Amino acid sequence: MAAELVVETQGLGRTFGQLVAVRDVSLSVRRGEIFGILGPNGAGKSTTIRMLCGLLTPSSGRGSVAGFDIATEPERIKTRIGYMTQRFSLYEDLTVRENLLFYAGLYGLSGARRRARVAEVIARNGLVDRSEQLAGTLSGGWKQRVALACAMLHEPPLVFLDEPTAGVDPVSRRAFWEEIHRIATEGTTVIVTTHYMDEAERCHRLAFVFRGSVLDVGTPAEIMERRGLRVAEVECRERAVLDSLRADARVEEVAPFGSRLRVTTRREHDPAALVRAAMAAAGLRGDDPLEVRANLEDAFVSMVRDDARGA
Amino acid sequence: MTRLLSIAWKELLQLRRDRLTLAMMVMLPILQIALFGWAIDTDVRHIPTTVLDQDRTAASRELARALEATGSCDLVGNVRDPAELSAALRSGRAKVGLVIPPRYAERLSLGHSATVQLVVDGSDPQSVASATSAAGGLIAQRAVAMMLARTGAREAPISLESTTWYNPDLRTAVNVVPGLVGVILTMTMVMLTAMAVARERERGTLEQLVVSPIRRWELVVGKILPFVVIGYVQMTLVLIAGRVIFDVPVVGSLPLLYALAFGFIAANLALGLFFSTLAKTQQQAMQMSFFFILPNILLSGFMFPREGMPKLAQWLSEILPLTHFLKIIRGIALRGAGFDDLRGELLRLAVILAALVTLSSLRFRKNLA
Repeated sequence: MAAELVVETQGLGRTFGQLVAVRDVSLSVRRGEIFGILGPNGAGKSTTIRMLCGLLTPSSGRGSVAGFDIATEPERIKTRIGYMTQRFSLYEDLTVRENLLFYAGLYGLSGARRRARVAEVIARNGLVDRSEQLAGTLSGGWKQRVALACAMLHEPPLVFLDEPTAGVDPVSRRAFWEEIHRIATEGTTVIVTTHYMDEAERCHRLAFVFRGSVLDVGTPAEIMERRGLRVAEVECRERAVLDSLRADARVEEVAPFGSRLRVTTRREHDPAALVRAAMAAAGLRGDDPLEVRANLEDAFVSMVRDDARGA
Repeated sequence: MTRLLSIAWKELLQLRRDRLTLAMMVMLPILQIALFGWAIDTDVRHIPTTVLDQDRTAASRELARALEATGSCDLVGNVRDPAELSAALRSGRAKVGLVIPPRYAERLSLGHSATVQLVVDGSDPQSVASATSAAGGLIAQRAVAMMLARTGAREAPISLESTTWYNPDLRTAVNVVPGLVGVILTMTMVMLTAMAVARERERGTLEQLVVSPIRRWELVVGKILPFVVIGYVQMTLVLIAGRVIFDVPVVGSLPLLYALAFGFIAANLALGLFFSTLAKTQQQAMQMSFFFILPNILLSGFMFPREGMPKLAQWLSEILPLTHFLKIIRGIALRGAGFDDLRGELLRLAVILAALVTLSSLRFRKNLA
């Protein structure tokens, strides 16, 4: 069961004229997984998703989605996937129910089956009170819910969410992720792109995409472990301390967070000790630096820096 | 089929919600028919005319009144000398000046010849042309009558009897109403299609459609199907209004007219689709449609006869679907033309339609992904 691959790609690439949007993406996504594709804007996330959906033909490499080849069988793929864009793609001048009916028809549901399925989805997503409301008058969170319901109408085994939480408030985002987890528990595979680190940590597994290539794939814990980073934080506003730490080759990254400095090193160094030394050299005696858990953002920044140095 | 109908159903729902567009589509035919039917009359009458009467006899005064009696000219008072005549034309008080020479009555009574001069304001060619022809007719008629009196012959050796078919009263509305069907269809069909697709692109819903299993032809046909219905409704509205208000009947076969109109509507929809692939926003789609309308109105023969245009303009107008549809609808509605009479125009329209469909489907395919 765990080995059943819903998505499998090898060396997927796509160029637009001179521009290389995706260089080399190899992924394998298992059934029922929430798989995150994390990367900054322009990293090639959307292009990758569009290739997986059968919208774009890859320039190089190969891949299969839901058992169909992405280069030769895009039309078969389209019937097996749900897709939700960052703009929610609802018709603002149609009601919630009409939107659902339309998308149900688009996926070939008709007659009584269509009405029954739409009624079920409305009830299940708590949309009963809003079903006759024009989609354009919904708040961002509700739009997002309806858009997800539209993408799930035909009960696809795989659903793509392209930056689904852009412009949605934190409470709705949290509710939305609960819904994603519920969908996954029921056996649907979810592939989600994001550039929010907190969202990435909610995925089962992640692919870090940067400049069209996958830098690392694994669970959030595995990725952080592989980077082997240590982090210390200290209350300090002295410019001199920041500068001397930045000049230190053992220090990976120094970032101010409000009135605190966040200092990252590789496993073999002790960030707290380095900070203490730098503060002593500057003649400061502040609070003791505290070692904290490294997070995905630290790992991501460190990976991107390595990549830039290597290139 | 489910997918195609879903698109058409959604399109109709959106149209129903968009009151402004809906109102525009109903109001446009009515407004246009009022405008073109009533306001535009190419048969120019009552042109302000002044008289420089250097004879001042009963005969000269009678000649001026006879000119007025043709209906083309309205006398707006006399002038005393050539300077006043040119002032009257320059100021625009009069567009035509009738100059009757001294000793006009005397020369005629002696059996000599007299020359009457007509001065017209050429800066407005269309209106003064009718004055020139009215005056020309009047004088020719008088000359023949005098000649007959002098020679004692009973009738003129040659005479013309012209009979006007299809529109005996030469009413402009008869020409305009069927033409309006074509103009209104061009306006709304092109614009509606172009904007409907551009709107999906603008709002990002097009992408959602493209990831769905819908086929391209289903998407296109589903989207334009409601517009075909609207096109026929508009056409019917104009024909009924033309019948009721301007008494312009459809002489030929209505089923034939409606059947052939499909080719024209389809050509315009294909063109709208083509525009939509060029436009990124609804506004651009709208601008392109407007830009397209102007040459249609000017060159197609709707307002100005194509026969009078330079060769280049005539060739250009050949590629406009409206040019051919005008010939078809005027043929059927006014002259009772049948399928065989219209073969040439139909062939041309079919070629244009095929070209537009090919062009827009190629563009549409490339543009979607």
